[in-house]
Amino acid sequence: MTARLRFDPVALLIVPAVAYLAFAYGIPLFVLLARAFVVDGVPSVSSFVRFFSDPFDWLVIGNTLRIAVAVTLVSLAIGYPTAVALARAKGAAQAAILVAIILPLSVGVVVKAFAWQIVLRRDGVVSQTLVALHLWDTPQRLLFTETGLVIGAVNVFVPFMILPIYSVLKLVDPRLDEAAATLGATPLYRFFRVALPLSLPGIVTGIAFVFSMAVSMYVVPNLLIGDRFQTLATLTGRSFLFMRNEQLGSTTAVVLLALAVATVVGSAALPRRFGGAS
Amino acid sequence: MTGIERLAKALVWIVAAATVVFLMTPLAVAVAVSFGSSAVFTLPAPGWSLRWYEALGRSRDLWAAVATSAEIAALSTVIALVLGTLAAIGLVRGSFRGREAIVTFLVSPLMLPGLVVGIAMLEAFRGMGLRHVWASLMVAHVVITLPYVVRTVYAALALFDFTLIDAARTLGLSYPRAVLAVLVPALAPAFITSGMFAFLASMDNYPISIFFTDAWTKTLPIQMLQYVEESPDPTIAAISTLLILLAGAVLVVGDRLVGLRRMADL
Repeated sequence: MTARLRFDPVALLIVPAVAYLAFAYGIPLFVLLARAFVVDGVPSVSSFVRFFSDPFDWLVIGNTLRIAVAVTLVSLAIGYPTAVALARAKGAAQAAILVAIILPLSVGVVVKAFAWQIVLRRDGVVSQTLVALHLWDTPQRLLFTETGLVIGAVNVFVPFMILPIYSVLKLVDPRLDEAAATLGATPLYRFFRVALPLSLPGIVTGIAFVFSMAVSMYVVPNLLIGDRFQTLATLTGRSFLFMRNEQLGSTTAVVLLALAVATVVGSAALPRRFGGAS
Repeated sequence: MTGIERLAKALVWIVAAATVVFLMTPLAVAVAVSFGSSAVFTLPAPGWSLRWYEALGRSRDLWAAVATSAEIAALSTVIALVLGTLAAIGLVRGSFRGREAIVTFLVSPLMLPGLVVGIAMLEAFRGMGLRHVWASLMVAHVVITLPYVVRTVYAALALFDFTLIDAARTLGLSYPRAVLAVLVPALAPAFITSGMFAFLASMDNYPISIFFTDAWTKTLPIQMLQYVEESPDPTIAAISTLLILLAGAVLVVGDRLVGLRRMADL
């Protein structure tokens, strides 16, 4: 037996799963990508040229990115403190936060989006509360607005911000903070130079998760903002399901895929840089 | 403790409490609406009734969709557990290059837009002449459930000390019995959590399933969304409440078997 031909039967166990995914998903995805670069049987980027020269499509890209950035920032703003609280909580408080994260995760997006439809209506709880507090003069609807969409989307995705930050924070030795305090560091200095850099890998993972999901969400915009507002995902879905325009659909699908892959790859590169620096 | 620290601490707990309320809001709303007597979604409801549960009991479409979804979720989870566990063992124990690349490939369906994956599969299945709705859904849902199993079981196996099996054999157990006595209990939590999340992900999947359903075979999220769009009444809140109960039951079982904190490690 030569070293070159050394054969490892245990490695064969990966074959069924890899072969399955290759045939059911890998090859089809590759074909879809390739097809977007073929027009009328000839290799061409003309569908991308057409796509990027239409102002409407730039509006769609703008909508997609604006909403995804807003959802990510709001998720970070409320998710980071929640992750900190979860890492420090004990007993009932810890159980309450964990249930509030895991239970909605397992309930399903249609149920949640449907419930937000009710909450965000003109006669819904939010509108009535704001009027009662005299913050609004008249009842207004948040449903079918971008604000409403961001509220609903943050609600669906914020667990994916909290969990990675929490899993990093719980590994951080609390004595590090005490040590910095003993050495005379001020609270703000300690937060920015000790706590924040240590939790950065979790933050980057959370941002990548939430951003890539928010870029490609389909059900939430469908229910919370309606047909007049298009994102790359809703436009992709519409061009296949209703407009039967497969060339446009393949093109938007490729743009969407490129955004998601760029997010994942970019975020994988980031922690290494910061990890080396800290 | 300085003033700033006290303020920061208070702020952390206030935001966390608000987030807990915010996260539970849609669930509470769905439950409250399902027990209301009014046909429009008013909160608080003018009176309480079970009429939407009666309406749900009569709804053939919704129950057919529940059955379809449950079958596909259960079967695809079982297939994913078998394929995924084999792959995880091969990845951890086998000697070959490109391990990381293979793990990334096996987990990648989770990270890519479901809609794009769905379109790619739709075109491929059409090209291969696969038009059977149930079979297409099945093939597609294994792609959704497999990453959960691979990710969790691979992580658990990577931490497992395989010399424990040798130790058990030295103590007189046969190889299969050593595996059963040592490896299976160590992997059980990973099986349970990944199986639960895979099952729920399949039950909940919309963006991939939408391409494979037809007028006769619909999965639950698709039937529900159609119901919301066509006849929005609290029947949908009643089935949502049942789904919340199911998720709660899964959570309780998971907590008993694995513990909430380990479930959050996903």
